[in-house]
Amino acid sequence: MTNRSDILGKIKASRGQTDEAARVRAVAARLALPPRQPAVARVGAAGTNLRAVFEAEATRNLATVMATATADDIPPAIASYLRQHNQPPGLRHGADPLLSAIDWTSAPGLAIAQGAADPADTAGLSVAAAGVAETGTLVLASGADNPVTLGFLPETHIVVLRAADIVATYEDAYDRIRARLGPAQMPRTLNLISGPSRTADIGGRIVIGAHGPRRMAVLILDS
Amino acid sequence: MHATSHAFKANAREALADTQLQRALSGLPGGLVAQRTAARARLPEFEDLRDVGADIRNHTLDHLDLYLEAYEKAATAAGARVHWARTGDEANGIILDICRAAGARLVTKGKSMVSEEIGLNGALIAGGLEVVETDLGEYILQIRDEAPSHIVAPVIHLTQEQVEADFRRTHTHLPHGRRLDAPVELVDEARGILRQKFVSADVGITGANFLVAETGSSIIVTNEGNGDLTQSLAKTHIVITSIDKVVPTLEDVSVLLRLLARSATGQDITTYTTFSTGPRRQGDPDGPAAYHVVLVDNGRTDLYASNMREVLRCIRCAACMNHCPVYNAVGGHAYGWVYPGPIGAVLTPGLIGVKAAASLPNASTFCGKCEAVCPMKIPLPKLMRQWREAEFEAGQPPLLTRAALAAWGALARRPNLYHMVMRASAPLLKAWSRGSGSIASLPLAAGWTRHRDLPAPQGQTFQQLWRATRNSAAK
Repeated sequence: MTNRSDILGKIKASRGQTDEAARVRAVAARLALPPRQPAVARVGAAGTNLRAVFEAEATRNLATVMATATADDIPPAIASYLRQHNQPPGLRHGADPLLSAIDWTSAPGLAIAQGAADPADTAGLSVAAAGVAETGTLVLASGADNPVTLGFLPETHIVVLRAADIVATYEDAYDRIRARLGPAQMPRTLNLISGPSRTADIGGRIVIGAHGPRRMAVLILDS
Repeated sequence: MHATSHAFKANAREALADTQLQRALSGLPGGLVAQRTAARARLPEFEDLRDVGADIRNHTLDHLDLYLEAYEKAATAAGARVHWARTGDEANGIILDICRAAGARLVTKGKSMVSEEIGLNGALIAGGLEVVETDLGEYILQIRDEAPSHIVAPVIHLTQEQVEADFRRTHTHLPHGRRLDAPVELVDEARGILRQKFVSADVGITGANFLVAETGSSIIVTNEGNGDLTQSLAKTHIVITSIDKVVPTLEDVSVLLRLLARSATGQDITTYTTFSTGPRRQGDPDGPAAYHVVLVDNGRTDLYASNMREVLRCIRCAACMNHCPVYNAVGGHAYGWVYPGPIGAVLTPGLIGVKAAASLPNASTFCGKCEAVCPMKIPLPKLMRQWREAEFEAGQPPLLTRAALAAWGALARRPNLYHMVMRASAPLLKAWSRGSGSIASLPLAAGWTRHRDLPAPQGQTFQQLWRATRNSAAK
């Protein structure tokens, strides 16, 4: 522990004479009640159609935005999306109750697997914990319901987002996580995803599909 | 990393004569500047958020010890092992020990500037491990055995043709006549090769853009997704980062994230922003079984204790170098160490010593663009000036420079003498230019006139013109 006390001791020493009790109080207060900035104008004005902003921003991020009325419509929508992009008719998802309850036989020929991604998987399907309208960003919480690898190993990532889970800002999304897991708690991995994987490392030109998915689709579920 | 910062002048001369480098730099980083401008136009709050962001960083630095303790407590509660390293060698030793205890052979690695700073790859390879960089740019650097020349776009100094040549030279198992003349073909080839590494790695190492004290999370910000594959497929995830990365809360991080990508690449947000908190949980079907965080000091507490503390507000967006006329002319390698551009000119003397990096804070015209675009409003020119003062006090500059500066100081402190000398020299310089308005060569100023003309005074000093104007206005 000498490294730790050396580093912290050096910081404390270079602070000189300070009111330690006041510093401790300031830190505790900020951690207990984080000060929040007003939402940016793009999503902050009263009456903003958050879904419309989300769709526009996600499209800017090069995600495909689709919509279905009910969970029953998900299998045919996915089958048609995969067909359109010449992808094999198969996908893997986690134990999310929304996905587990779906009757996949409504899309004949679509092969369904469950669990963490395998390198051979061609498409992954997840359910988002929230969608952030501000930048068209999906928020995914890792776990058995939605294994993190589904969003990175397969060439196609499809994410179901309930319309009611679209929020204005990142801060609003964190509130949903806090409400679900408790204050200051996080899942092992919280992914903010804004479109398919990309790189501009070669000559500054953007290439889609660097290491993660080459394409990503958001399926907004009305109910 | 071996530093050549002391040789900045020679490095810069070489860079200016390097046609390949000049071609690579010609479109970039200008493109990044334009993209930032466009992103800023889409967010009217941008300038206000810079103030909020700087306040967040100042508040954090004022309470740095307490936030580090809070971060450690929250991270440990989530199952993380937090390690502290005073120096790069200590950090390398800790990481090598973790790898050995995990029985590791193959290590994949996401992009980390701190790891460049401490020479982590070399230490792991010397320890018998195979280390593979997985960020495309860093991978290219690894096969070229080169250092990054930019903190966000590490291979900004290379042309597409150079990358093609490197791939043909290195990937000899692939068909000789394959097509590789489009960026997408190069990206696909690297993707295929690195896939194999991701799935067989024993340890995945990433950096961290931020640490969150509230939740004990580490955050990485990427576009490729390599960091996520690195950290979720290996059994052990090690985060190597420095003590200045801590931020109080998720709300505070949100403000900084709104500024970071816009300042760096002009994106509203990067494709992936990933929060990692502890190892995989009970029932998780994937994710690392062990999660370590190595907090490195390596000179930060010295900067903290000095009059350079403001530099620790930096969030590593690279806007300062993208906008810097010096960086744009010579590229990143001329700076001779890990951090180039204005931020490098301030950080490097602090981290490797002012003696080894004395040229860097002098390689600036003080045009002020870096400070004007810095999302954390770091007064980079002021800090460079402080390094120049420190260098002068340490007796670094050559005798001739010191004598010239002393003479100038004596002149500038005596207004009457100053005006007399100026009144005498303005017409002399005008005469020297032979009416052409510019001076092609001048004794004692060859360093300037070798590359460009010196504009000649028009025969009168500003004071003389001012007085004449006032007199004529009074009439």
